[in-house]
Amino acid sequence: MLGAMLHEAWQAMGANRLRTLLTMLGMVIGVGAVVLMMAIGQGAQYAVAQTISSMGSNIFVVLSGYTSVGGVRSGGGSAPTLNVADAEAIAELEGIDTVAPVHWGSVQMVHGANNWNAWVQGTTPAYLDARSWPLAEGNAFTDSDVRAATRVALLGKTTAENLFGVESPVGKTFRIGQAPFVVLGVMAPKGQNLEGRDQDDLVVMPLTTAQRKVFGTAFQGSVRQILVKASSAEAMPALEKSIEALLRQRHRLREGADNDFTLRNLTAVADTAAETTRVMSMLLGAIASVSLVVGGIGIMNIMLVSVTERTREIGIRMAIGARQRDILLQFLLEAIIISVFGCLIGLALGVGGALLVGHLTKTTVVISGSAALAAFAVAAGVGVFFGYYPAHKAAQLDPIEALRYQ
Amino acid sequence: MALLTLEGISKSYVTAAGPFPALKRVSLAIAPGEFVAIMGPSGSGKSTFMNILGCLDRPDEGHYRLDGRSVEALDKDALAEVRNSFIGFVFQGFNLLPRMSLEDNVALPLVYRGLGREARRAQARDMLAKVGLEGYAASLPNRISGGQQQRVAIARALVNRPRLILADEPTGNLDSHTSAEVMRVFEALNGEGITIVLVTHEADIAAFARRQVRFLDGEIVEDGTTPRREEALC
Ligand SMILES: Nc1ncnc2c1ncn2[C@@H]1O[C@H](COP(=O)(O)OP(=O)(O)O)[C@@H](O)[C@H]1O
Ligand SMILES: [Mg+2]
Repeated sequence: MLGAMLHEAWQAMGANRLRTLLTMLGMVIGVGAVVLMMAIGQGAQYAVAQTISSMGSNIFVVLSGYTSVGGVRSGGGSAPTLNVADAEAIAELEGIDTVAPVHWGSVQMVHGANNWNAWVQGTTPAYLDARSWPLAEGNAFTDSDVRAATRVALLGKTTAENLFGVESPVGKTFRIGQAPFVVLGVMAPKGQNLEGRDQDDLVVMPLTTAQRKVFGTAFQGSVRQILVKASSAEAMPALEKSIEALLRQRHRLREGADNDFTLRNLTAVADTAAETTRVMSMLLGAIASVSLVVGGIGIMNIMLVSVTERTREIGIRMAIGARQRDILLQFLLEAIIISVFGCLIGLALGVGGALLVGHLTKTTVVISGSAALAAFAVAAGVGVFFGYYPAHKAAQLDPIEALRYQ
Repeated sequence: MALLTLEGISKSYVTAAGPFPALKRVSLAIAPGEFVAIMGPSGSGKSTFMNILGCLDRPDEGHYRLDGRSVEALDKDALAEVRNSFIGFVFQGFNLLPRMSLEDNVALPLVYRGLGREARRAQARDMLAKVGLEGYAASLPNRISGGQQQRVAIARALVNRPRLILADEPTGNLDSHTSAEVMRVFEALNGEGITIVLVTHEADIAAFARRQVRFLDGEIVEDGTTPRREEALC
């Protein structure tokens, strides 16, 4: 029965090929748009999630420098108002996992004929821990390196490639000015941060080495930034308050005076970014879904025309014993076949389009099976939903009226 | 016992000028195996009557018993099943589905009976052979003549082995030669015991039937039995 009906539906569609194709086109565009938009949206979400996880989780950054009036942060990290003792004091607070003071700057590095201007982070071994940053090869420096201010360094992947090319830099030396530095290890690649900067273009070295032997700061022990990793996400709100209170007290700021530091909750920033992309991808999906509905209405429109055109045929079928549900099923099947075929073509075009967009714009697109499956289910649903009314109308025809129809 | 009995059947149509009575308290009984010709001028209510006989339409008043069952009591699905298996229809305009092969046309009632593909094929081919069109299974309706189309329509009406064949002016679109061919098919079927009710306004077509019922203005004005044509010729 179903086999015969599928065969008939196929014949009916074949009898008016151009119309069938045009009707399908609505579904093709609808499904294609949904798949493409979902792929782009999910790609953006994936990229943001990658970046966020590369920052390390539950991270605060304390920057030295004043916060200007109105909360607009200017020149964070520029004035040396934080020091190693601040970092040590923060480490004593409740809810702390690790604390890493950071002193940074950019330097010209030389290896053989290669020159490279890189971003230096002078810090403690806790830095890698706080940022959940593994090494690709070699070993990290230790606390004794920090105490002795040895000339050792870890290279980010970009820096390593620019300075050493394809050869492994571990155990080799580069120079800053005239001073030689030994490369202890290469850090695993992290890619771009939320602002789009390459996080792998950096040199990490002991804090003391950076302070005394690279930048030669005027203030002993001053740092530009303190990286704080909380023990858990739940500990963060309380920790934010206690860090602020501690630093205000240590810096002897009077009541009402502005902070001479900036406390930034990176997790909150990340959450905002994640939320933004999530909303964006939902919006894209919603807009694309509209075209799916339009495609569905196209199917309904054509099915209504088809029912009217085939009124006499319906009458004949009823006269030779078709029940109402037989007629209903026949027209419903046609609508479903059109939408499912349209969906398959749309799926193929959407996936192809997404891959093309990903290739051309060098952005991440995520083609998930579940999204494709959902699009398929929605298309079948659209076929049933928009096909039902015309099919019902056909089934409700009076056999005599239908037979008399010219 | 009668195959079908109608008692006091009335049917009016709603028209711009008010209700128009197409059938006025018509009563008729037909026994199994009869060959009845319904005659009468155009507009006398013949088609209206046939539609009620064929369970395509319901009367406004009156009782219709078909094979011992009260048709008024049947729901739409049950009526569809009666049309599918108990009755075979032949129309003046053939009413074949133009997109389907002759075999598929003939097999269509079997689809609604729920038969499998192979059984449908075999039975449809049998029926086509029975009406002398065995070589045409794959043809489309518009490839064959009117007389052949009507024979295909008869094959379709027969495919579920109905006990009653209803034909509303089956020769109305055919010339006299092909009409005679088609009528011989009906005659043969009646010979197998199938009850046939056939509308015509041509006397020589009506002569194939043993009983002639004449309609005029929605009423039966004559119901007579004549000897079969061959017998009359003797
Ligand atoms: N659907 C309808 N609406 C209004 N009047 C109709 C309708 N069908 C038939 N009639 C009228 O009913 C009468 C009987 O019609 P019909 O049964 O078709 O007669 P016949 O088949 O004998 O020519 C005619 O006068 C016809 O005009
Ligand atoms: Mg008529």
